[in-house]
Amino acid sequence: MLKKAHGLSPWLLAPAMLVGSYQALAEEVERWKYNMPVGVTPVSQDIQGLHMEMFWWCVGIGVVVFAIMLFSMIFHRKSRGVKPAHFHESTGLEIVWTAIPVLILILMAWPATKSLVRLYDTTEADMDVIITGFQWRWKYEYVGEDLSFFSSLSTPQDQINGLAPKGPHYLLEVDEPLVVPINQKIRFLITANDVIHAWWVPALGVKKDAIPGFIKESWALIKEPGIYRGQCAELCGKDHGFMPIVVEAKSEEDYRAWLEEKKAAAAALRELTAKTFTFDELYERGEAVYNKSCAACHGAAGEGIAGAFPALKGSAIAQGAIDKHIDVVVNGVPGTAMQAFGEQLSEVDIAAVVTYERNAWGNNMGDMTQPVDIYNHKQGN
Amino acid sequence: MKLPMPKNPAHALCIKLSALGVAMFVFAVWVMPPIYDVFCEITGLNGKTGKAYEAVPTSVDTSRTITVQFVAMNNEGMPWDFAPTVQTIKVHPGEQTHIKYLAHNKTGKDMVGQAIPSLVPFKATNYFHKTECFCFEQQPLKAGESAELPMIFIVDQDIPAHIKTITLSYTLFDVTDRFKSDIFASLAP
Amino acid sequence: MAHGPAKGITRWLYTTNHKDIGSMYLWFSFTMFILGGIFALIIRAELFQPGLQIVEPNFFNQMTTMHGLVMVFGAVMPAFVGLANWMVPMMIGAPDMALPRMNNWSFWILPFAFAMLSSTLFMDGGAPNFGWTFYAPLSTTYAPPSVTFFIFAIHIMGASSIMGAINIIATILNMRAPGMTLMKMPLFVWTWLITAYLLILVMPVLAGVVTMMLMDIHFGTSFFNAAGGGDPVLFQHVFWFFGHPEVYIMILPAFGIISAIIPTFARKPLFGYASMVYATASIAFLSFIVWAHHMFTAGMPVAGELFFMYATMLIAVPTGVKVFNWAATMFRGSMTFETPMLFAIAFVILFTIGGFSGLMLAIAPADFQYHDTYFVVAHFHYVLVPGAIFSITAGVYYWLPKWCGKMYNETLGKTHFWLAFIGINVTFFPMHFSGLAGMPRRIPDYNMMFADWNMISSVGAFLFGAAQILFLYIVIATIVSGRKATDQVWENPEGLEWTVPSPAPYHTFSTPPEIK
Repeated sequence: MLKKAHGLSPWLLAPAMLVGSYQALAEEVERWKYNMPVGVTPVSQDIQGLHMEMFWWCVGIGVVVFAIMLFSMIFHRKSRGVKPAHFHESTGLEIVWTAIPVLILILMAWPATKSLVRLYDTTEADMDVIITGFQWRWKYEYVGEDLSFFSSLSTPQDQINGLAPKGPHYLLEVDEPLVVPINQKIRFLITANDVIHAWWVPALGVKKDAIPGFIKESWALIKEPGIYRGQCAELCGKDHGFMPIVVEAKSEEDYRAWLEEKKAAAAALRELTAKTFTFDELYERGEAVYNKSCAACHGAAGEGIAGAFPALKGSAIAQGAIDKHIDVVVNGVPGTAMQAFGEQLSEVDIAAVVTYERNAWGNNMGDMTQPVDIYNHKQGN
Repeated sequence: MKLPMPKNPAHALCIKLSALGVAMFVFAVWVMPPIYDVFCEITGLNGKTGKAYEAVPTSVDTSRTITVQFVAMNNEGMPWDFAPTVQTIKVHPGEQTHIKYLAHNKTGKDMVGQAIPSLVPFKATNYFHKTECFCFEQQPLKAGESAELPMIFIVDQDIPAHIKTITLSYTLFDVTDRFKSDIFASLAP
Repeated sequence: MAHGPAKGITRWLYTTNHKDIGSMYLWFSFTMFILGGIFALIIRAELFQPGLQIVEPNFFNQMTTMHGLVMVFGAVMPAFVGLANWMVPMMIGAPDMALPRMNNWSFWILPFAFAMLSSTLFMDGGAPNFGWTFYAPLSTTYAPPSVTFFIFAIHIMGASSIMGAINIIATILNMRAPGMTLMKMPLFVWTWLITAYLLILVMPVLAGVVTMMLMDIHFGTSFFNAAGGGDPVLFQHVFWFFGHPEVYIMILPAFGIISAIIPTFARKPLFGYASMVYATASIAFLSFIVWAHHMFTAGMPVAGELFFMYATMLIAVPTGVKVFNWAATMFRGSMTFETPMLFAIAFVILFTIGGFSGLMLAIAPADFQYHDTYFVVAHFHYVLVPGAIFSITAGVYYWLPKWCGKMYNETLGKTHFWLAFIGINVTFFPMHFSGLAGMPRRIPDYNMMFADWNMISSVGAFLFGAAQILFLYIVIATIVSGRKATDQVWENPEGLEWTVPSPAPYHTFSTPPEIK
């Protein structure tokens, strides 16, 4: 029998244990996510309600039909000595079980129609964001704010390759989230740079294909501040599973503050472009840029992936003319998977990563390049 | 019209079914794409603004204002600088408006670009008339050359009342490989 | 003058006999099923846990692409054609197919096409990696060099299907025994007649879309390239105009098989024969006007979305009619549950579950959350695996004694059934949950919140794979050393195939039978 602990009846512990185990269960359930989120926009909540309605209709019909079949399987068996009946048609029954499903479908179609029309209404928006899908990252541009940036996966390669424990937002975290205000109708203008992608954030109830050469609209009105994560939803090549979306919804004041901060940072970066850096500063910064933006294809030690992505260690480009090396990073290599990083990385970052690649892993070229060189290269000088 | 058919009815049926198969192939390659294009053109559903518009003199509806936004983007591998001179402009239906995009070929090679328009909302496509647009033709630019690309448009007076904002996007593609020899030859003095 | 089949390999190379050709189609499709299954197991092995452990993402994309292509075009379709070849002539009292030499040609180009497709795995740049739905421009401008061989393989396989379909229609419409009116044909023959028309109408559209791809890639056209005035979404319209009827091509013959099996083991005639025929025809007709439900998030105008939503929901009506008719066939029958019946009943229940997720997907606004997630993967695997595959398995168990004259081992058959039944549910049911929780399709790695469902699915997949090895053993053991089967095999089954000896003689119905 249970001993009294500290003079208290052990049964007093029971409620505590129950609550504790319920919490453990709730955490387990949180892990075992099994249903569509209700989300934080009128559209996402609308869709979730519709989904559950359809689900219960299907469960109801299934229960009825399967119950009849189960009944038959138990009671209409030869082993019970049952003699088979001979009926094999009934026009009346055919009409009934055609008409009733049609009625049920009409009952389903009515709310679905209303939801779809609401989902499509992008008029009277308070702000616009242009979203461009690239292989394999997103670019966000705030219309009217002179602010645009790329948003790439920030999960370290080590976590993906099993060399480090995975964080809670594994594959659902980015370096620059899309920050937006709550309670404002945001219109998304979605397109793509290369192949078809799709921008999807379940909590916002937004999914739209990003088609190269075409612009498509969607919208969201976020009612609660928070961080909402999504993923690309159209196969777009090698890293389709590695270009997540993070939307951070802030109160209007916090959003304005963030906007000012971002613009100031962009201005500061422009100033940094004029600065002259030491070799060590460039090398250190370049290593960080390399690990974030290049290692996924070219390998943590510059070894590449045989047959797919060339090694940079000992490569002709990293050990060749520096101008050509800069050109490859800025403009990419058309017809291959090597993207043009000229728009995505700042001049400082490009100068740093080129310096790093030319000197790491034994390449030891001993040279370096400054942000202003990258700027000039981009201008065509 | 009686075509010669084999006597065996099974063989005759096979010939007819084969013809049906061929017809479906012809339908897929030569009929479906044009139907799609015509359908999109007539309804405007797809945001592809059409060809040059013959402007008819018309009065300007000053009671309504439509906001027109301009977006520019470069397709992959297109390194030119490409941007509109104004991002947003407010116009009245019936009013002819001029705007410009700037393009700069900052590479060391002669190139040819093609701007492809895309407009939202789809319902506005057939009410957005371009009397002149740089997207009607390919744009050649020699190495280092810049150009001002004009666009003249009129928003139709009959545009539905609920449309208050139109967004016009141009995606700039590199079509040098296809057009370079033709275009630069025709430009030679 | 009667003579037996030729001897040696030339028998199989030159045969014009529908039974031989049927057997070759079935063995070929089973081999492709195993190959496609291996690709699936590589996928599920990588997805067993979060992280990239086994394959590179680009190879993973090749696996998902090849799994789809091989299963759709190499396993399911040829298996149904094999069953058609074996059974349609016997069911209508005909001596063979209308064009026996074309029949041989239809088969033999298939191994060639799939050898070429499989060889792309070893080419520079790897196999096709753009999904079995190969959307442009991923499959045109951004495709590996092997895409040209992929296009060529599709053309050959399409030609095989079209020739087969022409043969089937010509046979059914011209070679029925006197007295067998259309409304006296077994439902398997009806479903194949309708399927054959679908094939002739849409396989050329598939040929058209890959030809347009070929022209965009190699000849400078711009069907799907915005730069030249084209539109990637046009690809989707043309592809799915083929693609939706294609999935009905993969299920209508299944309906026919189930409609043959349930009455036999319920000892009761099929309920509502005429309704079943009209429902099948309605499904085939409706299949042409629903294609854009695969494109609800591509930016179609709202009127278009509504039309496709309503049309898609409508397909639930004739499909429901068929399910009710099967249930009514079982009701007040006198049922036994041999292996074919187990697979057939599982078909009805699990295909209906797949139908329910299909109905949910049809609801366009909800589809914005389902599209390109594992919810869709769950849906189509339910209708294809316990749907099409179970019906083929059921048909094999049902007709194998007629083909080879020997009974399979009933205990082993039931074991195969239960392993497969548990395997597919453990594999595919959790996908409803991971999809609803937000897991996209075609990704080689995922966040922890999807981990448990993925682990369960992977275990189920290997169980299902093992069950197929058992199936192979059962079939071979039956052919080699099964107990002798009677001519009727089952208790009073309906159909002309049961009036010939087991094994069926090389030539049957050289003189037409009398139809009462």
